[in-house]
Amino acid sequence: MPRRERRSVVAAEPVGPYTFLRLDRGGLDPGTPGQFFMLEAPGRLLPRALSLCLAPAGELGFLIDPVGPGTEALCALEPGEAIHVFGPLGNGFRLDVERPLLVGGGIGIAPLPYLAEALRFPPAVLGFRSDAHAEAAVLLPGAEVAVEPTLVTELITPGHGVLACGPEPMLRAVGALCPGAQLAWEAPMACGYGACYGCAVEIGGVLKRLCVEGPVLSAGAERTRRDTAAVVERFDGEMSRLARGPVRERVL
Amino acid sequence: MRLLNASGCLDAFAAPEVARGLDGFVTKTITPLPREGNAPPRIAETAHGMLNAIGLANPGRERFLADHLPRLRELGVPLWISVGGFCAQDYADTCAALDGVEAIELNLSCPNVDEAADSAAEIVAACRAATPLPLYAKLSAAHPDVAAVARAVAAAGADGLSLINTLRGMALDPRTLRPVLARGTGGLSGPTLKPVALAAVHACYAATQLPIVGMGGVMSGRDALDLVACGARLVALGTVLFADPDAPARVRDELARAAEELGVVQPDDMYAAAHSGEKTLEIRSKVVA
Repeated sequence: MPRRERRSVVAAEPVGPYTFLRLDRGGLDPGTPGQFFMLEAPGRLLPRALSLCLAPAGELGFLIDPVGPGTEALCALEPGEAIHVFGPLGNGFRLDVERPLLVGGGIGIAPLPYLAEALRFPPAVLGFRSDAHAEAAVLLPGAEVAVEPTLVTELITPGHGVLACGPEPMLRAVGALCPGAQLAWEAPMACGYGACYGCAVEIGGVLKRLCVEGPVLSAGAERTRRDTAAVVERFDGEMSRLARGPVRERVL
Repeated sequence: MRLLNASGCLDAFAAPEVARGLDGFVTKTITPLPREGNAPPRIAETAHGMLNAIGLANPGRERFLADHLPRLRELGVPLWISVGGFCAQDYADTCAALDGVEAIELNLSCPNVDEAADSAAEIVAACRAATPLPLYAKLSAAHPDVAAVARAVAAAGADGLSLINTLRGMALDPRTLRPVLARGTGGLSGPTLKPVALAAVHACYAATQLPIVGMGGVMSGRDALDLVACGARLVALGTVLFADPDAPARVRDELARAAEELGVVQPDDMYAAAHSGEKTLEIRSKVVA
């Protein structure tokens, strides 16, 4: 059951351009991989949604990309400071997967270390936009890493049950290549528990509220092969566009 | 003083325990036909508030009555049904189909859809003819004279007022200088709205003395008490529920403490207290005259 507690910062450690924020777990349940927590962002009205990255004993660990005022405030937290934490929320990954393959893109690597533990360290492929960002691969030892211009979709081999998290164009491309893949989506989110209706995303032609119906959703199997080629091509184009500047903070 | 949620700020199915912490649950606005709502992005955080452009996403009247309302009754919380539409008949038809609920709130002021062509008073009059249930008219403080609108809906048969709805605003993406919201504009809510809410509740209480559900920027018990002092009989929590699902219990505790600090037994003892000085002022001005 989700709970909201005020928890203390144990440490905030740099991982490449990201920050790994470790919080005292208190009475909070870490939940299943792919679930998320709402973290109070000091000085901001709304909390920020972050999936659990790792659950060391007595702690909750979150990987944060400082891309806006809220995530910057979270990355600037000092040990001993306390913030409200609410969770775990949403639906995580199903773990009954044959020959699992983890696919991550950029900050989308965040839920994969905890997922890898639950699945006893299956193979993983990760894509990053620079060598600096790729330093985050240290959180997933043994993962195969692609740095742009190589795209992570080029590393996916057939015959796997794919579990993926990353930017929207990457997820659409992975979903087109691997029907049935479990995709962890992201959207601006004010509440995390179904109250605000802000996190609706169009998936399969229908608007879905990610916080209660996701964030992990199965890729639709209805796409044609021609669709697949178009979606993968679009992923390529959109990644080039994203690489030109920092991605906007999603709760802005 | 009773505590509600602001319409559209809580899903009682997704969070029944939060709804049960309130004295009444207000639904998202129900329109005659189902609405998927606006395209994403639909929300944006601003300096001291947030914008939303959800666009009245709702299952439509038929499915609401057949499926949602029976399940909402199982919550055991008094229900307020928020009703919307695009002409007076839309509102009246939905009102006529409702019974066994505590009140109907007529959403006359959503900034995220095209406004109904009929005036607020016309809509209230049509609904008054369609239902004996208590009718609360939800008004916008964007009107240059909200007290005049309040008087008009009171004359048309409204039993109470809900004040205020969000105000239309815009946020730009700092990188592209394009609107963050897909719709361009959205409704501004959160603490930035509180002074506007206080002024509107104050003016409409003075104009009508109708019972008022006060809302707009309530983050704490003290904020709720301010609305009571301006003339709110009930207070609704909106944006604060997004940041803090425990807000109902917290606000209630803070409200009780705030009343105690002021030396009164209960928050209702401060009802319309902000108006008590006006007589004195009047007398003084007469003396000066």
